Amino acid sequence: MNTQFWVIQAFNGISYGALLFLVGSGLSLIFGVMRIVNLSHGAYFLWGGYIALSVIHVTGSWALSLPVAALAVAFIGMAMERLFLRSEGFGYLRNAVIAVGVGVLIGLAVARWSPAIGESWSQHLAVTAIAIIVSFFVLSRISIIPIDNDVLRQVLLTVGFAFLFQQGALDIWGGNNMDINPPTAFTQSIVVGGVYLPLYRVFMIGMALMFGIALWLVMENTRMGAAVRATVDDAQMARGVGIDTNRISMFIFALGAFLAALGGVIGGAFLGIYPGLDFEMLPLAFAVVIIGGMGSLGGAAIGALAVGLADNFGKALFPEISYFTLYAPMVLILAVKPTGLFGRE
Amino acid sequence: MVNQRIKIAMVAAALVAFVYVVPQSGSFVVLLATRAMAFAILAMSVDLLLGYTGMSSMGQAAYFGVGAYLTAVLATKFHFGMGWDFWLVVVLGILIGAALAAVFGLFAIRAGGVYFLMITLALGQCVWGLAYRWNSLTGGDNGINMSGRPNFGLDLGNEVIFFYLVFAFFAVSMALMYVLVRSPFGQSLAGIRERELRMQILGYNTWLHKYIAFIIAGGFGGLAGVLWAHTNGHVSPETVVLTTSVDSLLMVVLGGAGTLVGATIGTAIVFGLREYLSTLVPWWQYALGGVYVLTILYLPMGLMGIPSRLRQRFSQGKDEGSKKLATKPS
Repeated sequence: MNTQFWVIQAFNGISYGALLFLVGSGLSLIFGVMRIVNLSHGAYFLWGGYIALSVIHVTGSWALSLPVAALAVAFIGMAMERLFLRSEGFGYLRNAVIAVGVGVLIGLAVARWSPAIGESWSQHLAVTAIAIIVSFFVLSRISIIPIDNDVLRQVLLTVGFAFLFQQGALDIWGGNNMDINPPTAFTQSIVVGGVYLPLYRVFMIGMALMFGIALWLVMENTRMGAAVRATVDDAQMARGVGIDTNRISMFIFALGAFLAALGGVIGGAFLGIYPGLDFEMLPLAFAVVIIGGMGSLGGAAIGALAVGLADNFGKALFPEISYFTLYAPMVLILAVKPTGLFGRE
Repeated sequence: MVNQRIKIAMVAAALVAFVYVVPQSGSFVVLLATRAMAFAILAMSVDLLLGYTGMSSMGQAAYFGVGAYLTAVLATKFHFGMGWDFWLVVVLGILIGAALAAVFGLFAIRAGGVYFLMITLALGQCVWGLAYRWNSLTGGDNGINMSGRPNFGLDLGNEVIFFYLVFAFFAVSMALMYVLVRSPFGQSLAGIRERELRMQILGYNTWLHKYIAFIIAGGFGGLAGVLWAHTNGHVSPETVVLTTSVDSLLMVVLGGAGTLVGATIGTAIVFGLREYLSTLVPWWQYALGGVYVLTILYLPMGLMGIPSRLRQRFSQGKDEGSKKLATKPS
């Protein structure tokens, strides 16, 4: 345990914190603006990694996979937010999408338990079509109670989507552990004061810094950022003074998904991409948000750094209780200050 | 409204039919039903918090987990609890669940709404982290394999006998919780769920009420864990993982929060999907995710809430039902 050990562990912790910042800041903003506790955030991370793998497979370009994966997942997030989390005006489309899903499942089930239908494609399709129409009709007759302000229902709804995304990823990309290989230039190390620092981790810190500073500048200095901050503080009042909070929350949700997916692409290089990664990242992202305080960008940065360091030093120093050393401080912070270090009621 | 006595009679009849039919349906069904009943005790303990007190705990798997790990560690390391001392382990399991809840409650109960949810999530993760990493005690990722079930004259290794035993625990737990929620204490919990401030003004110590409910739920969680460990013969971090807590919440909401029968029905459905459908088709998780989405969007009051929603639909204008959600908006 010399200085070098501490320097390397601290560096690893900080770079891991950089990754966690990308995932956690989005989650934090989503909660701050929309008061939505989004448990599919881990799935965005996973899907970012997987989509990047596909892009690399097709084009061979790692640099291209970063924006493509992030934008694709941002789009998925936006669709999910608009259709399911806050579906005013989109009720028909939402019912239609769900009816198609239910219908396809019923079709599959009928085909599974009645082989006569399962063997003939036309009958299978007919059953599915009927099931879609019937379920659309039934769903349209049910009046929806909005999930705004009901934390538990948001949690369970987004968990449901996390399961759907998980199975979707499994069906599309399979169950193998895959790696994202960044360009060889990134696999080198730089030497600072006799300590070898992997260039890729330096790049991670750079990315987090870049996005963190960019987000901070946008939030503090632009009209859009002011509108977002107003919405975080008091959504009702913000609506009252003419801020389009609908557009703000759609934008923020897309941004959050974008950042999580970016984290997935970047983190995929040293974590790997595998089924179950989504539910491993999710509690860590929540730890970041909870420690920092929900809705605060600076808080997310501090929280990410704290979690990254606690995770690294915990694993190096007390391997047997390493996760405990991560979550127990979180409980203490929450117990003393339920809103997190920088959160506001 | 159906008379309360008729309701009890209906539930009792359903339970008798269940305990009569299942043992004749083959060993797979017996095992599945045994596992589901152990889990249903956990779901009912969640319901005690969510449906009757209005607290949505995201860490209920923690008490389930300590009960299960206690059983497994005692059985494998000390060979304790494989004979008559099984009953001692049951008591210890309840006590350790309650004790853990008593500690966790000190941190959690103060917080309300989303912060309660977050802090219970963090507490659950603490227990998961220990289970996952504390190799020397918990066997880490691999968990603990137990060899056989207790035998004290009654050989619990026999699936059917064990089924009857778990059923007895399940039925007694349900009856106890029913008595609890109908008692003055349970009524004041419901009062806290509806409006905590009003109860405070009336002079109730709402913190203490919630704390006691939290501890009781923890005790039932521990009991469920003991049974779960013996049902599976294997305990791993999967038992305490976040999705176990979330699943138990969904079971309650799906069945209808605030009804113990609903929690049981919800358990049967979610369990059927997770444990039965998954053995038959590869797309079972779409069905599970679909049940989550459909329940939350279209059935916020759960299956048990369907009659009142229908009634409300046909007697136009009266919108009492729509205000009675699974949880109160905070």
